Amino acid sequence: MATIRVQSAPFDTAAELAALTAGRTDVGGIGCFLGLVRSSAASDPVLALTLEHYPGMTERALEHIAAQAEARWSLQACTLIHRVGRLLPGDPIVLVLTASPHRQAALDATAFLIDWLKTAAPFWKQEELASGTIRWVEARTTDTDAAARWSETQPPIEC
Amino acid sequence: MAQLLYFAWLRERMGRSTEHLPLPPGIDTVGALMSWLHARDPGAFAHPTVIRAAVNQSFATPATPIADTDEIAFFPPVTGG
Repeated sequence: MATIRVQSAPFDTAAELAALTAGRTDVGGIGCFLGLVRSSAASDPVLALTLEHYPGMTERALEHIAAQAEARWSLQACTLIHRVGRLLPGDPIVLVLTASPHRQAALDATAFLIDWLKTAAPFWKQEELASGTIRWVEARTTDTDAAARWSETQPPIEC
Repeated sequence: MAQLLYFAWLRERMGRSTEHLPLPPGIDTVGALMSWLHARDPGAFAHPTVIRAAVNQSFATPATPIADTDEIAFFPPVTGG
């Protein structure tokens, strides 16, 4: 059963890692993806990012994605946390953790989860730029392609 | 009465995040409702092919059936993560 949270408050990655393995000694490895709000060296850098979401559907979508990962890989635990509201460059925005007896399942499930989270959960990003421009981020086809690759490949062999 | 929800730039263009709408006669799919909304609010629904939908909090296609008790959401392609 995955731990799923959508929240405006920051999360503590170390505490989430500890919670994932609390009271058990059968975990062999943890896969981790920590996403940060990114600015850039472009002429009009991002000053802030505001995340909007669809309350209710977001949690359902994340539960559905986690259930798919749990059906595909032998996971012992899984955590998905996504922040909403106004965030600044450098702020943690998303955390994916997976625990498994073996590294390959943990690493692959983590990549699967973040790829699908970006394309199949109802979040929308709005950027505030240094010039004062405020714009909605457009979906990228590279994200869709990244998610689609999981449909084309066979489940990895347990190691 | 159906509850309609709008998100992100579609919410801004509609000037509201939600509305209650008795489904007009013959409007029984997501696609039919989008065409009806496009006719009513041509500015907001100016690019209907990029607008996504969900019915009762599940992703939907233009062919997805809708009823007068449904929660129907319209939004741009998602950009989380």
